[in-house]
Amino acid sequence: MNAIMKSRLVWPASALILLILVNTIARPQFIKITVRDGELYGALIDILRNSAPLMLVALGMTIVIATRGIDLSVGAIMAVSGAVALTIIDGSGDPGNLATVLIAVVVALLVSLVLGAWNGLLVSVFGIQPIIATLVLMLAGRGVALLITGGFITTVNSEPFSFIATGYLVALPFAFLISIAAIVAISVIERRTALGVLTEAVGINPEASRLAGVRSRGIIWSAYAVSGVLAGLAGVVYASNIRAADANAAGLFIELYAILAVVLGGTSLNGGKFSLAGTVIGVLIIQTLESTILFLGVPSAQSPVFFAIVVVVVVVAQSSRLRSDLTKLFRRTGAAPAPAQDREKAEVAS
Amino acid sequence: MRFGADVVLDEVDLTLRAGEVHSLMGENGAGKSTLIKAITGVIPMDAGQLRVEGRQVRFSTPAEAQRAGISTVYQEIDLLPNLSIAENIGLGRERRRAGMLDRRSMTQRAREVLADLGLDIDPGSILGSQPVSVQQLVAIARAISADVKILVLDEPTSSLDLDEVGELFRVIRELKSRGVAILFVSHFLDQVYEICDRITVLRDGIHVGEYRTDQLLRIELVQKMLGQEGATLRERDPAPVARPPADPVLSARGISVGRRVESADVELGSGEVLGIAGLRGSGRTVLARALTGVTRIDAGVIRIEQTEESLDSPRRAMSLGVVYASEDRRRDGIVAEMSVLDNITLGLQAERGSFRRIPPERRRELAASWVDALGIRPPDLDRPVGTLSGGNQQKVLLARLLALAPKILVLDEPTRGIDVGSKVEVQHLVRSMADNGVSVVFISAELEEVLNVGDRVAVVRDGRIVETVDARSTTIDGLLALVARPDEGDGGQVSHG
Repeated sequence: MNAIMKSRLVWPASALILLILVNTIARPQFIKITVRDGELYGALIDILRNSAPLMLVALGMTIVIATRGIDLSVGAIMAVSGAVALTIIDGSGDPGNLATVLIAVVVALLVSLVLGAWNGLLVSVFGIQPIIATLVLMLAGRGVALLITGGFITTVNSEPFSFIATGYLVALPFAFLISIAAIVAISVIERRTALGVLTEAVGINPEASRLAGVRSRGIIWSAYAVSGVLAGLAGVVYASNIRAADANAAGLFIELYAILAVVLGGTSLNGGKFSLAGTVIGVLIIQTLESTILFLGVPSAQSPVFFAIVVVVVVVAQSSRLRSDLTKLFRRTGAAPAPAQDREKAEVAS
Repeated sequence: MRFGADVVLDEVDLTLRAGEVHSLMGENGAGKSTLIKAITGVIPMDAGQLRVEGRQVRFSTPAEAQRAGISTVYQEIDLLPNLSIAENIGLGRERRRAGMLDRRSMTQRAREVLADLGLDIDPGSILGSQPVSVQQLVAIARAISADVKILVLDEPTSSLDLDEVGELFRVIRELKSRGVAILFVSHFLDQVYEICDRITVLRDGIHVGEYRTDQLLRIELVQKMLGQEGATLRERDPAPVARPPADPVLSARGISVGRRVESADVELGSGEVLGIAGLRGSGRTVLARALTGVTRIDAGVIRIEQTEESLDSPRRAMSLGVVYASEDRRRDGIVAEMSVLDNITLGLQAERGSFRRIPPERRRELAASWVDALGIRPPDLDRPVGTLSGGNQQKVLLARLLALAPKILVLDEPTRGIDVGSKVEVQHLVRSMADNGVSVVFISAELEEVLNVGDRVAVVRDGRIVETVDARSTTIDGLLALVARPDEGDGGQVSHG
């Protein structure tokens, strides 16, 4: 089992390492990390810091995809969450007050939870196809966010709030620490309890799971709720970074990048088996790739093409069909396999 | 017109003769599927030679095998349900006129092929709207509309009822008379004996022998398939059974589900095996699902240990000790891509809920003990269940249910599509469960099996329980008369082998 998981991660991990190598060869200072005032700086640190919103969203997306679903509304939830947080901070008399910021963040996350639960309700109780159910919120969410901010881009000047995206704690960017906390929390919830296994069972075969007594409705519902909360947190980090709630730009297209990160990490869109470690690597690939494009000075007009080429190479390299074709090619040119292998195949086949 | 064909493999020999129906017999894992795949170009052969009409050939794709005149109809019909029958038959060899699909000539061609086989099927209808049996016949029509010399039928009857099997056999005889060599693979001994001229037996990937069907007794065939040891199909010790049960564990009265089950009464005693006999579509599966919370009932009362219960979900039924094993293992039984370990412990874990995880060591111990107790092969806990043979998948499913320590076990065709050895093991398992006080509802299409395993047998027909008989004093013919419609006395193809 372990070996399989490892081998599934081989391709995305090598893609990530390759990207870092290319960058380092092009400009050696890429991997240089400097310490200033006890805080770490450098291109790699920037990647870790900037990847926080996508990391949060992609973790939630992984769980949703494992249930055979998809969550298109994450970008819109980010916009709503940012709008809620900033409107509260802006409306309070004292934007610099830590308590105000905490309340704003908690309320934003609660609103995101409600939105995620709404998605879960549509999918698990009303049986609406996930792509349609979450499309509703994807389209309506930004409208709600604009409604909250009154159609303006709300900006604030709040030290504690800015700290979320730009601050440092124990030498590391606080946003990166949020990512780590989310990765650990989700891994513990999924893998230290039976939730992960039951989620996979529901994703692979919903009817067999129901007959086995699995509460699939609750499991699917919780996946969307978790995705909602994580998207909300991503929205807070994003808003903190730009110190503004921009209902139109916050989390734009992030659902697509999150899906891409999940797929790059080796989790199938057909649901079932999922890999959180794979998603983490997937997110880092995407973020590194974006930095690479800037770093190598690829003209911005051509950067999507560059991006697409790298993604296609990684996804094709992961394809099991290509791998089996390569194995066949290798076999044909190599020695004939031992008969014992065929015996085993016969057992499997019949 | 004469076709001759022989196919030879290195260690395993198989010779198909023109105008003969040949059966390939063997337990699951004997190598039947692999042999078929090698013949039809799905997997390349590593050694051995293949000759068609005396000419040595080598296939690296199914298309090449088809061009050489070898067509295959698989158990799972691989046609396109959203297209018409004519389109399915013409697929891949569409006729074009001025670049456009010539639908008229395609429909005409399909009509000819169907008529040729004596089939009254509208070529314009959508395939998916037709019953499975018709789809199966269309698959055959498609296979033979090419210039076919060898037709391979892999478990073609597993989802057909009596009349449909009869229709299929008529078509097979027609093809036989045209000189087509047919390879017929089926688990139903009766059908093999009815239609096949010769039998090749495989065991553990080796060639046991080729026999003429009329010179091989059934018991001999089973012995050859199983090997020398453990070859006897042990009869169950006759035990006095009290009936009807004075103190039923399960009592269902007036159960109705739409029009598929109408006011059925079921009583199940403690430690009793109630067989349910009935044809496909008789309502036997709907009844089983109604008793286990899988399908909701529209009317009726279910009492479990004298208490009236509303079984509105499988989960609810399980909490009362009532478990169900589906007839369709792959669809709603096992979770194919998950490991044996995860599959066996799925029910138990689901019962505990997501957040009370069974400790990993305890889980492995538990699964290993079931793998051992039921003889699941290979005994590898981490192997995906989907890669096991049918019989072993069934055992994994049973292990999941038995791990829940159920009071009432409802098994829907637990021996369907599994090898003879596993079948006998499952039957013994059911009896031993009953001896330990578990009550079992045992559904099977095979009358002999229902009579052997059951204490009483309820016969389901047209959504009603028409009779409940004593298993020991009922003969197969007697049961057959109840299962078949009273006005149709023939029913000669019920499999009771």
